Amino acid sequence: MISAPDVVAFTREEELEDELYREPPLPEEYSVPLFPFAGHGANPWAKVANSKFSRDFILISEFSEQVGPQPLLTIPDDAKVSGTFDLNYFSLRIMSVDYQASFVGHPPGSAYPKLNFVEDSKVVLGDSKEGAFAYVHHLTLYDLEARGFVRPFCMAYISADEHKIMQQFQELSAEFSKASECLKTGNRKAFANELEKKLRDLDYTRTVLHNETEVQKKANDKGYYTTQAIEKANELASVEKSIIEHQDLLKQIRSYPYRKLKESDFHPYEPECALLDQPNVGCDRDPTASDPAETPLYTHVPSYTPKLIKAKSAKCFDKKLKTLEELCDVYFFTQTLDQLHQIERTFRGDVCYLLTEQISKALLKQQTVTNFLFEDVSCLDERPPEKQYRGCQGHSHYARDGKCLEEFPAPTVVISLGSYKSSVECVPIKMEQEIEDSQEPQMSESVTFEHQENLDYLDADLKGSISSGESIEVLGTEKSASGLPKSESQASLPVSPSPQVGRSKVGSRRTVSEDSIEVLSTCPSESLIPEDFKASYPSAINEEPYVGDEEGGLHFTPKLNPDDADEQEDVSNQENLMQVDSACCIGKESPNFLEPLPDLGHKPCDEDGVVRIPPQPYRASEPGLHGTFGSFPSHDGISGGLLPYELDSRYLAGSREVSKSSLDECSDSTSYMSSAASTCSDRTPSPAHPACQGADRHKKKAGQNALRFIRQYPFAHPAIYSLLSGRTLIVLGEEEAIVKKLVMALSIFVPNCGLYAKPVKHWVTSPLHVVDFQKWKLIGLQRTVSLAGVNVLHALSRYSRYISILDADSKTLRCPLYKGSVVSRLADHRTQIKRGSTYYMHVQSILTQLCSKAFLFTFCHHLHLPISEREPEESVVSRRMNFLKLQLGLVNEDIRIVQYLAELLKLQYLEDPGQGVSPLLRFDYVPSFLYKI
Amino acid sequence: MTKSSVQTIGEEQVQNPYTELLVLKGHQDIVRFLVQIDDCRFASAGDDGIVFLWNAQTGEKLFELHGHTHKITAIAPFASSDASEEENHLILTASADRTVIVWDCSSGRQVQKVSCFHSTVKCLTVLQRLNVWLSGGSDLCVWNRKLDLLCKTSHLTDAGITGLVELPKNCVAAAVGKELIIFRLIACNGGSEDWNVLEVKRLVDHQDNILSLVSVNEFTFVTGSHVGELIVWDALDWTKQASECNFWDSSVHPDAQPEIKLSQSPNEASVQHLTSDEECVFAAVGKGIYVYNLQMKRVIACQRTAHDSSVLHIEKIPNRQLISCSEDGSVRIWELREKQQLPAEAVPTGFFNMWGFGRANKQANQAAKKMQENTPVYFLDLVGDLIGHSSAVQMFLYFGELGLATCSADHLIILWKDGERESRLRSLTLFQKLAQNGDLQLKF
Repeated sequence: MISAPDVVAFTREEELEDELYREPPLPEEYSVPLFPFAGHGANPWAKVANSKFSRDFILISEFSEQVGPQPLLTIPDDAKVSGTFDLNYFSLRIMSVDYQASFVGHPPGSAYPKLNFVEDSKVVLGDSKEGAFAYVHHLTLYDLEARGFVRPFCMAYISADEHKIMQQFQELSAEFSKASECLKTGNRKAFANELEKKLRDLDYTRTVLHNETEVQKKANDKGYYTTQAIEKANELASVEKSIIEHQDLLKQIRSYPYRKLKESDFHPYEPECALLDQPNVGCDRDPTASDPAETPLYTHVPSYTPKLIKAKSAKCFDKKLKTLEELCDVYFFTQTLDQLHQIERTFRGDVCYLLTEQISKALLKQQTVTNFLFEDVSCLDERPPEKQYRGCQGHSHYARDGKCLEEFPAPTVVISLGSYKSSVECVPIKMEQEIEDSQEPQMSESVTFEHQENLDYLDADLKGSISSGESIEVLGTEKSASGLPKSESQASLPVSPSPQVGRSKVGSRRTVSEDSIEVLSTCPSESLIPEDFKASYPSAINEEPYVGDEEGGLHFTPKLNPDDADEQEDVSNQENLMQVDSACCIGKESPNFLEPLPDLGHKPCDEDGVVRIPPQPYRASEPGLHGTFGSFPSHDGISGGLLPYELDSRYLAGSREVSKSSLDECSDSTSYMSSAASTCSDRTPSPAHPACQGADRHKKKAGQNALRFIRQYPFAHPAIYSLLSGRTLIVLGEEEAIVKKLVMALSIFVPNCGLYAKPVKHWVTSPLHVVDFQKWKLIGLQRTVSLAGVNVLHALSRYSRYISILDADSKTLRCPLYKGSVVSRLADHRTQIKRGSTYYMHVQSILTQLCSKAFLFTFCHHLHLPISEREPEESVVSRRMNFLKLQLGLVNEDIRIVQYLAELLKLQYLEDPGQGVSPLLRFDYVPSFLYKI
Repeated sequence: MTKSSVQTIGEEQVQNPYTELLVLKGHQDIVRFLVQIDDCRFASAGDDGIVFLWNAQTGEKLFELHGHTHKITAIAPFASSDASEEENHLILTASADRTVIVWDCSSGRQVQKVSCFHSTVKCLTVLQRLNVWLSGGSDLCVWNRKLDLLCKTSHLTDAGITGLVELPKNCVAAAVGKELIIFRLIACNGGSEDWNVLEVKRLVDHQDNILSLVSVNEFTFVTGSHVGELIVWDALDWTKQASECNFWDSSVHPDAQPEIKLSQSPNEASVQHLTSDEECVFAAVGKGIYVYNLQMKRVIACQRTAHDSSVLHIEKIPNRQLISCSEDGSVRIWELREKQQLPAEAVPTGFFNMWGFGRANKQANQAAKKMQENTPVYFLDLVGDLIGHSSAVQMFLYFGELGLATCSADHLIILWKDGERESRLRSLTLFQKLAQNGDLQLKF
């Protein structure tokens, strides 16, 4: 809800504004040049022609032992997406940075070939020339026919937005790990099958050879062995050795899951939906288990006829390598593809949208007391992105007491921002809490890729040093397994134990090299992070700006050399002081950042515009390094400091308009055009959670319908008031489609009564009863002329005190009067909002305000209970009313809304977990009025 | 036209405290009886033969008592008489399957079942003082707490006893058809556990079946019959103290509205239910409610058509208020108010004429008009109505500030509650729970 382009959330505009005026003007040298592309387009979101592909996609490549790196497939599988982007070339690049310890073969001192169960490696690569940045997930699959039994593959999420990759690293990593695990599970099974077949072959061969030898022995009466016999014996020996080797391999591959399962962080791939039609997938990790119900998907082992194996099966290059599908078993392959499609959908859209979505979800999740009211809790309940999860957990300082958070969601908002921010590092919300000491990362981290690209151009133009067409940068790697750094193969990598150092080295190298592959950041293993975090926590917060600094320095201080460190330190310190007011330019919804005004030109540029943020912050950095890399005045300081959530809707919208053309048919805009007759199509850029995708579509559509409703019906306000105050609204009409559409539109205003589905009944044809009003708060009701219809109407008039009736046919509304102010903000018929999803978010933000008011009201002790024992009830009542009116600023009927929400909160809080909320019907004896158009 | 004669109150009901309702589902047939067990529990029973125990505060279903195979015809609570004993609440239920079952309310278990009846027991009365209970069917049986049959009368009538009311001096009055029979329990051999029951007197003053009887105090009890006779009896010597006949018959009043007259059927005048406080007897007569003052021996206020159809149950609640429920599915709250003006000016408009009392009563008592003028005159004012049931509301139970439970032919029980109070209580519980969870301490 925060991501509504029309809504600026979590900023305190007044304060920032004050600061803007309090701050003395900046010296000349700190003034920021105007936004370089202000002249043409003036839209930082406009896709620069740099990238040759139209949108993010997933690429699977293989390092083929025959032809070298080659792209296998892309997701979405659409030539338009990759466009002119050279997949072959990019495959070459991403496959060239495989850090995996993919050593398989005869290790020294081992008699048999050893399968090395390597961990996947996760790297972020950037190719500034191609304008492509990629999260690259390397994995190896086993193939009996391959060299060393391994086939290196990689899956890459390619985006033109570097920051998206960096900031979503955790999520990408988690999702791709799942997909990889799926592939590998299938591969292990297939490999085991393959081995079994091979063993049968060998066994058969051995028998044949044995027989031949015996025959020869018998035939041989000369007493000495012929060369033929010796050859045969050798052959037999080698076959036997081969059998032992293969048996060993089989044992290894079968023992894999058990070894792995002991490791706590290993999550085996669990087929979810497949269990129904695939009775044997449960055994997929145990190929030895006899499975009578084996489906034809898998090669039925017993039916296999062994073949004779030629003694010298030449490793020839003309043999056809197995396809990925063959390697992984069709079922698992399709599963993986589904997962990858899901990933593609999940991360579709602008990074600012993704981030805000994640933030708001994380925040909502913490509002355990109130979030059920207007949110789909089932969506929140889903596994949160790993990053957020850690963000909330790792910070024991803030989230020390879960109960605290539960009870006091209001402070939690601030808190969680802080904790989220400091752990994730790419969340640009920080002002509320630490406005004084760390502004910089926010700026830097919120840079969107266009700036980055612009900047790349700029740099290229200005310095010439980065203009290398061959530059590809490794922006980050991550090892998922804690044990891996110990692997010997790691030693050869240009990764130093301390990522900071590694980065700085490479960073400086970058300035001089033209054709180098650069590792800009590496990530230590995940498991190390939390501890480091805790240990270094207090300093981590303070040092955050420096981290940002440093990284900025890495990238944008080509002229800097470490000798200047001391001088630079002063500068950067000064800059850090100035950073406070850099918030000014971002602290408000400023449309002028796009056409930078002169008065904004004096803004400090210390935030160094574009910062490479490592996917995982490593905060235990040595203080000595902090000042080393002073920041360089960047050209897009202003836009660089732009926070995603502060983007003015118009511009964001504009950018979407631009990018819309590049959207394929998957985009929601087309799919909804027909059904909802939407006048204005919009897309939901990237639903963060797969299962909530439908919900997101629904939200968008509902928002669109709601928008139409408030424009069409002048009496929308009292209708919405009815819903918000818990009075059941009946939408009465003859035509189901019309009624359902209205119900859908209005459903976004209906508070939930519990953790279950919204109390909305879309279509009813039978007469209503009081039980229905207890259960449903919004009902679509059929109007018929039949006798049954008369009964329906009779029931309506009988229970009229409990309901408001919206007659869709005659366009009338019968409901109580509303004179409050909340609903008019909620449903302004002159609103400039045009998109359903935007409007939905607008509604959600106002409803969240209401929720927080209701929360305050509910949990203020003295508002409900006497302060002293002798205090009469009347004074409590008057105190309560005063609070509602004065403190919460509620007028007239708005009080009723908050009171109703408060009752729901109470009921929910008091709910007996086993029982569920007992359905209550609360009502008022208030007169209704008839509204007509 | 008759319909419009019912007073309506509209949607604004300032005095109606019931702003929250809870629907209790469980019964599968008409719910006819509600009986209070203690301060916060009640039992419900009806045609499905199931007895439910409910928590009146939370609406929680405590027990579901199965045992009867036919509809339940009578229900009575049987609290432990001995104070030293631990609280042991029993309820008795009689059913058309000719059994009576004693249930333990704390465990929800069937304590004992009596199935030696020759006919359906239609009424049950507990004589708390004597620690016995009576069952009335075609004969009257006296039982002790252990369900021993102490004594019984001879077969009285096939129709059976329809009502029982306890009278002083170990007497009970039983309504048998048109007759009112007084029985006396006599202890034989001086033993407190040995009782004999004797018919003492038969009163045959009613012209039609006695439908309702109520004990007002230790000196008075009142009976009402199907044709609208109301007789006030002396509880000690069983003499008729006063009677009102046909005073609600509009045909007596020449200026009564003809529409009302047309709609009058014998059923319209039957005294469905009686209740009383020290001063007055409140009678549910047909669609109307009548307030009969025992001292003045006349109807002091009435609401000729209080409901759209027959009033089934009526109860006096504090603050001079009265609750009635009716076959029309509504429950109405009335307040007995003193009229400030002179009676003649009390009915200024035609609409208010329909309210019934002032004028009708005035004319009914024209002879006494002069005397009336200096006595206070009352009227019943509708202060609220409760709409929730979709069918006849059979009965209700007033739980004081806990609320009101109504049962209906639509198989539902509705708990009506004061929303303000409930909200306050919830806040209280909320903070209790917060304190209990230790969430009130700041942990930052």
